[in-house]
Amino acid sequence: MNLAPDSLVLWQWGGFKVNLTLAMTWAVMALLSIGAWLITRRLGDGPQLSRWQNLLEVLVHGMGEQIRELSRHEPGPYLPFVGTLFIFVASCSLLSVLPGFVPPTASLSTATALALCVFVAVPLFGIADQGLGAYLRRYLRPNLLMLPFNIIGELSRTISLAVRLYGNMMSGTVIVAILLGFMPFFVPVLMRLLGLLTGMIQAYIFAVLAMVYIASALSAHAPAPGRDSG
Amino acid sequence: MDNISLIGMVSIITAGLTISIGSIGPALGEARAVAQALASIAQQPDEAGTISRTLFVGLAMIESTAIYCFVVTMILIFANPFWDHVIAQAGR
Repeated sequence: MNLAPDSLVLWQWGGFKVNLTLAMTWAVMALLSIGAWLITRRLGDGPQLSRWQNLLEVLVHGMGEQIRELSRHEPGPYLPFVGTLFIFVASCSLLSVLPGFVPPTASLSTATALALCVFVAVPLFGIADQGLGAYLRRYLRPNLLMLPFNIIGELSRTISLAVRLYGNMMSGTVIVAILLGFMPFFVPVLMRLLGLLTGMIQAYIFAVLAMVYIASALSAHAPAPGRDSG
Repeated sequence: MDNISLIGMVSIITAGLTISIGSIGPALGEARAVAQALASIAQQPDEAGTISRTLFVGLAMIESTAIYCFVVTMILIFANPFWDHVIAQAGR
C-alpha cells in the first residue's frame, strides 16, 4: 500500500533517483504544457471559438476576477503564479481517477515545494509593489516587539499550507487503498468521489490562501489607473 | 510485557485517541463558522459570493488542526519508527 510515493524508486542513475512522485509530476507537467500549447496554437477571436479555447478563457478570466476581488489589485502580475498553483493542484486531483496514477501532491515533498514557492513569492511581490524599505517595515507593525511573532507567523503559514495539502491528498489515496481491502467495489467508489471533491476544494483553498498572503504584502490600494503596472 | 507488545499497544491506542479527540474541536469550530455564514447570507443575500469564499478559506484553516491529528495517526499506524526499530531488532 502506497503511503509514500517518495519511496517507490522507478529508475536510478548514480545518485539521481526518479521516484514515483517525480515521474507523476513530470507527467502532469507534460500534460498541462502540451495541452496548453495545442489549444493556444490558433487563437480565434470571432464569435465561434473552439470549446477548448472557451474553457481556457473561462478559467483564466474567472481566476482573474477572483484575484481582483480578493486583493483589490489588478490581477496582471499575480495571475500566472496563482493560476498555475490552482491548475496544477486541481489537475493532480482530477487525474487521480486514472488507474495507476498517484497524485504527486499526496507526497509531503511536492506539497512542501509548492508552499516554499508561495513563501518566496510573498516577499518578491511585496518588494516589487512597495519597495524594500516599506516591505521590511511591515514586520515592525504594530510595534517592534511583534517582530519575532510576525516572522514565526510567516513560517507557520507556510508549514500549514504544506501540511493541509499533503494531509488532504494523502488521506484520499490511503482511505481508498484501505477500503479496497475489506469492502470492495461500492464504498471505495464513494470515497473516491469524496476525494475528488476535497481535492478540488483544496486546490481552490491553496490558490486563494496564496493570493491572500500575497495581498497582505501589497499596498492597501491598487495604483491609480494610468500608471504602468506591467 | 516485552517491547514489541508494549509499543504496538501504545501506538494503536494513541492513534485512536488522537484522531477521535482531535476531530472534536475542528468540527465544533466549523459548525459555528457555517452557522454564522448562513446568518450573514440571510441578512445580506447579495454579498453571498464574498461570504461563501471567506467561509471556505476559514473552514480550510480550521480544518488544518484536524489534518495535523490525522497525519500523526497515520504516522503512528503506518510509518511508526519505534515499531520498525523493534521489529528490526527482533528480526536480528
